[in-house]
Amino acid sequence: MNGHILPVRVYVTVFAALLALLAGTIMAVYVNLGGFNTVVSLTIAVAKALLVILFFMHVRFSGRLVWIYVGVGFFWLAILLALSMSDFLTRARVPYAGG
Amino acid sequence: MITGAAEQTQQRPVLSLPREHYLNASYGLKSWLLTTDHKRIALLFLASITAFFFLGGIYAALIRIELLTPTGHFVTDETYNKLFTMHGLIMIFFFLIPSIPAVLGNFLLPMMIGARDLAFPRLNLASWYIYTIGGIFTVTAAVTGGVDTGWTFYTPYSSVYSNTHVITMALGVFITGFSSIFTGLNFIVTTHKMRAPGLTWFRLPLFVWAIYGTSLIMVLGTPVLAISIALIALERLFHIGIFDPAIGGDPLLFQHLFWFYSHPAVYIMILPSMGVVSEVITCFSRRQIFGYKAIAFSSLAIAVLGFLVWGHHMFVSGQSIYAGMVFSCLSFLVAIPSAVKVFNWTATLYKGSVSYATPMLYSLGFIGLFTIGGLTGLFLATLGLDMHVHDTYFVIAHFHYIMVGGAIMGYMAGLHFWWPKITGRLYPEGWGRLAALIIFIGFNLTFFPQFVLGYLGMPRRYHTYPAEFQVLNVMSSAGASILGVGYLLPLIYLIWSLRYGPIAGPNPWRAKGLEWQTSSPPPSDNFKETPVVTEGAYAYQTEGANDG
Amino acid sequence: MDETTTAVAHQFDDAAQQHEASTLGMWVFLATEIMFFGGVIMGYTAYRALHAGAFEAASRHLDIVLGSLNTAVLLTSSLTMALAVRSAQVGKRTSIVVFLVLTMLLGVAFLGIKGIEYHQKFVDHLVPGVGFSFSVRYARDAEMFFYLYFVMTGLHALHMIAGVAVVGAMAVKAARGRFTPGYYTPLEMTGLYWHFVDIVWIFLFPLLYLVGNRV
Repeated sequence: MNGHILPVRVYVTVFAALLALLAGTIMAVYVNLGGFNTVVSLTIAVAKALLVILFFMHVRFSGRLVWIYVGVGFFWLAILLALSMSDFLTRARVPYAGG
Repeated sequence: MITGAAEQTQQRPVLSLPREHYLNASYGLKSWLLTTDHKRIALLFLASITAFFFLGGIYAALIRIELLTPTGHFVTDETYNKLFTMHGLIMIFFFLIPSIPAVLGNFLLPMMIGARDLAFPRLNLASWYIYTIGGIFTVTAAVTGGVDTGWTFYTPYSSVYSNTHVITMALGVFITGFSSIFTGLNFIVTTHKMRAPGLTWFRLPLFVWAIYGTSLIMVLGTPVLAISIALIALERLFHIGIFDPAIGGDPLLFQHLFWFYSHPAVYIMILPSMGVVSEVITCFSRRQIFGYKAIAFSSLAIAVLGFLVWGHHMFVSGQSIYAGMVFSCLSFLVAIPSAVKVFNWTATLYKGSVSYATPMLYSLGFIGLFTIGGLTGLFLATLGLDMHVHDTYFVIAHFHYIMVGGAIMGYMAGLHFWWPKITGRLYPEGWGRLAALIIFIGFNLTFFPQFVLGYLGMPRRYHTYPAEFQVLNVMSSAGASILGVGYLLPLIYLIWSLRYGPIAGPNPWRAKGLEWQTSSPPPSDNFKETPVVTEGAYAYQTEGANDG
Repeated sequence: MDETTTAVAHQFDDAAQQHEASTLGMWVFLATEIMFFGGVIMGYTAYRALHAGAFEAASRHLDIVLGSLNTAVLLTSSLTMALAVRSAQVGKRTSIVVFLVLTMLLGVAFLGIKGIEYHQKFVDHLVPGVGFSFSVRYARDAEMFFYLYFVMTGLHALHMIAGVAVVGAMAVKAARGRFTPGYYTPLEMTGLYWHFVDIVWIFLFPLLYLVGNRV
């Protein structure tokens, strides 16, 4: 049973893109973008992850059920992060005596 | 013999056990310890969890004995802390969580979908071994002095100050968690990929939907428990940690991570019981279930919504009040799908041809007691009320109504309903009903007074209390002794039935469902040939007028 | 054209069902791994939000050269892993083994570089609890950053070690001709696991090494 067979150049192209994104994220850290630095580096990380998931892990050619479970994993992490942060970010802050 | 299946047996030709079935397919210790047959693995789990149930019960007995008097003299403060901790840990992680999924789910899921086994039989066996190893760590912790942190392992007591065997116990829970994860994984893949021809999702028994929802929770929640326990162990080992305020840490981070799993965990414990109730109610009222899709979707809704409410365990812990409001609202929402089930079961009973065999008694008990437990949950979800009742016996009564009055009664219903299928024998119906009644009475006598105690202000996890609470405590302990007797009875008569029970035949209850289309006990491969499904579940009302 | 008879386990009806089940099973497992790492990432997120300055200062003490190099190493290993699976799809036995061995070597290189980094941290007194010392202003919360650094990369390294071992086992199987265009499921599943461990690092790298900026 043959899954989707991608030509070698597809893998190599994706790899080149990954290296380019890596270079980009390193260069960006040497530019002062304030809070936006984080947005840039995480966006690039998401882009890299998507490339690996879609092409190296063949999800682009997988059925709907696989797509759902890929999404479920990340979505559940998002639930953990969002609802927990709803606590950490909204507490009344008493100044730390140690300064 | 009284009414029920035994009577029906007498109207039929003499039954005999099938010549070959999964129990006599091979003999010897190795054939059990190295089995990959889901039915045998279910029995391995049955033996293990029963042993842990009675161990957890011993801790409960010691607690109730201690609480007979206001100033505890039976055990010291430190020992009492260990008693309630071990009771909670054992009952939750080693009995309730695996109970229906690993025993009934394992046995029935492949049969209910017309498959020969689960998707990953060796992983299934590994699941039992992992559970056993976790259990060994737990028993080790128990016999070397126990743990006194409370089953909730709150930091910094568990990570810094406790002098008990926290790491050993934490390892036990960590390891057993993987048993849960692998079981859930197996069930999810099996349900998606191995249904018989014609068996679409909406023709599945509701027990399968319930197990599927449960599996989602097991798979997505347990890893977070694992990491939170691992972090406690690291903090104890290296004296430096993520929950340590001295380095900017927050003990509440532990609570968030812990409850992210432990709240959905309670739905792991209740959803399968709800699945059992759907199966039993339809059979013993001879009716199609009312609102099949509503119940099916409610199982999924409970699984999903159950992940959004964990902060209701942390209302008074220092959590932000705004987060508290969000969690409180969401907690009210999660009650809705459960209520949908209760309404639909009731509607199923209405104008049904109801009979009262043991599984039905347990199921009816479930509906009433779960409703009480669930409604009192709304009290706790209310921010203002929780201020008053948090960490009191009100909470304890609430969760025992759900876990014992709900989950365990569902488990007993399932155990009795499918006992003939699993063993080929009928249990003695009279004893079954008597035990159900004793359990019902004992349970309510044990735990209803605790609602009152909690509301009056008796805190949990204390073994000394003001003298005016003694009467209610004595009632509760008396109830516990009755409850204990009630649980011992099935242990005795179920084992007795293995040898002396009447032969059951393939379908003593005349139930619908693929598992009843094969022999009792079933052959190793479940079916002689893969069934083809042409009708939905619970097709009871298609029977003739004089039937059911 | 199926050259070999794929052994279909008795619970399955056919090879296609078996393959689909394995794939779904591996993805469900990876979802659990997301949640497992997710717990520590949750802790990281909370503390970074609350102590942003200290985290940025601490992050600058991580060796960005080694970190970047390690990221490149892992990305390359994902390429070789993907090519190993492709080689099985087209029936090139030697290629499978070559690519798997390359993957292993890259994995070991990653671990080696990590080891160098850990040693450097020890020398620089940046290991919490073992003579930790940092500028007074941020000492308290920087220690938390380094604690998280060691826990997150340590957990990742454990997964890498397991991955290298499994890839090695697959290389042995491949050398024995166990994988054909008709059956290479274990190899494919190993690939999924390996890529997942790569993805974890893809996120750990910016979270730990690229906090704020290094201007």
